[in-house]
Amino acid sequence: MPSDLSLQIEAVYRAESGKVLATLARLLGDIDLAEEALQEAFVAALKAWRRKGIPAQPAAWLISTGRFKAIDAIRKRSRLHELEPELQARIEDIQAANLSFAERDIQDDRLRLIFACCHPAIDPSVQVPLTLREVCGLSTEDIAAAFLVPTATMAQRIVRGKSKIRAAKIPFAIPDASELPERLDSVLSVVYLVFNEGYSASSGDSALRGELSQEAIRLARLLLQLLPDSEVKGLLALMLLHESRRTARTDARDDIVLLEDQDRRLWDRGLIEEGLQLVQASLATQEFGFYTVQAAISAVHAESPSSSATDWAQIVALYNILLQIDPSPVVELNRAVAVAMRDGPQAGLEIVDTLFAKQELRRYHLAHSARGELLRRLGQESQAESAFLTALSLAKQEPERRFLQRRLQSLGASESAK
Amino acid sequence: MKYMLLIYGTESSWTEQEREDCMLESMAICDELEAQGKWIASSPLHPVSSATSLRIRDGKRQITDGPFAETTEQLGGYYIIDVEDLDEAISIAERLPPAKKGTVEIRPIFPLPTIKTTET
Repeated sequence: MPSDLSLQIEAVYRAESGKVLATLARLLGDIDLAEEALQEAFVAALKAWRRKGIPAQPAAWLISTGRFKAIDAIRKRSRLHELEPELQARIEDIQAANLSFAERDIQDDRLRLIFACCHPAIDPSVQVPLTLREVCGLSTEDIAAAFLVPTATMAQRIVRGKSKIRAAKIPFAIPDASELPERLDSVLSVVYLVFNEGYSASSGDSALRGELSQEAIRLARLLLQLLPDSEVKGLLALMLLHESRRTARTDARDDIVLLEDQDRRLWDRGLIEEGLQLVQASLATQEFGFYTVQAAISAVHAESPSSSATDWAQIVALYNILLQIDPSPVVELNRAVAVAMRDGPQAGLEIVDTLFAKQELRRYHLAHSARGELLRRLGQESQAESAFLTALSLAKQEPERRFLQRRLQSLGASESAK
Repeated sequence: MKYMLLIYGTESSWTEQEREDCMLESMAICDELEAQGKWIASSPLHPVSSATSLRIRDGKRQITDGPFAETTEQLGGYYIIDVEDLDEAISIAERLPPAKKGTVEIRPIFPLPTIKTTET
């Protein structure tokens, strides 16, 4: 059945191409060449497997074939110029490189590829798309659509990243223990950026957004398998706990539903359970950081039946820990909101006003929106209105703008009802 | 893989003593790299006030006093090293004393197609 076999080969491609690309990239030190070699290996596989059937270890077959194809390509190119001793040395290096088909080694190659794509020598605006393209295998068109930039712009960024890896010889390697914490930080921040791109209420296609979040979760699971670090657990937990609320956080018109107003029966209990276990495991190590504490805050919400029944004192305590790890104005703002829930809106407003007095957060629409909300609860409607208007003038994303407009209308409604 | 490490810093921000300490420390690093077969060349440069820039425009030679561009940090020296990859170049760059005051720019050296050697 040739069509049946084609389907099987297609399934092998989907399942194996990510791994094969990662190993070829490590062997060749060049992602472009690895991509070409992967394509050629599959063309060869289509012919060979039709005759002899799919081999027992298709990934191993593809890696070996891809390596031959790449060496051929290097030889062909070298004939166009002088026969460079460097090219010869390169071919020898590739032939001498470790070619193990043990599952663990193949998985490690995926990790090496992640570390290369998230190397601090690559611009942060390039790290994210490069990882999505080369590690997750998303198409350039999809990545461009998710980030709302033209495909050509995104293609350029990805090319820039690949060229940097090749020209500067960024290693495909798992960093030494001394470098690992710092390097892992940049990998985790890329994964979190991918997740947030898929989770934030941007005006992009919602199906694509969901796919990005799924990819981020998949990446974190892969990282956790290979590097059982407490912050990897923390990040995965944080993303799972956020993801559990995906259906509850927007309504049928794609409008934002605040945490306190969400129908908690819509939260995905399976994701919550997994997230809670990971948070506990990470907290138990006593070596947790930024992501774990944020996940712990999210876990308190996940375990609460309603906003009013939430243990706000614990949330404030967790924000105090978070402030020690990351003393940023945004964390202070979130803490202020939690203080308002614990001690009343006046207490929260005082903290927010202190932050504004320090000139911080003035251009941050969520700070004005939070301030407006606290003023609204205090019954200071005209001040609340001007805060929401400032927030509206700074907000860029359509669902956030609609949310603020509804907030402004609700002020008017309660005023006219008086 | 060969890299050039370009040392940038504000010339005026160094005291005589600092300059001397930096020189001694840098020379010790060079000795160590040479013993490992990783050192190719390195040298400090005279201040930019000694620089001369040349351009040929419409076939005419123009010579000006001063550097290519007036910048707040100036090129003050260079190293050429031969190491495994960018991570190793970074680990050497971070040991250089000027990294604490200025900037070390790491540039991979583009290998020119070599003329056929008679090596066998």
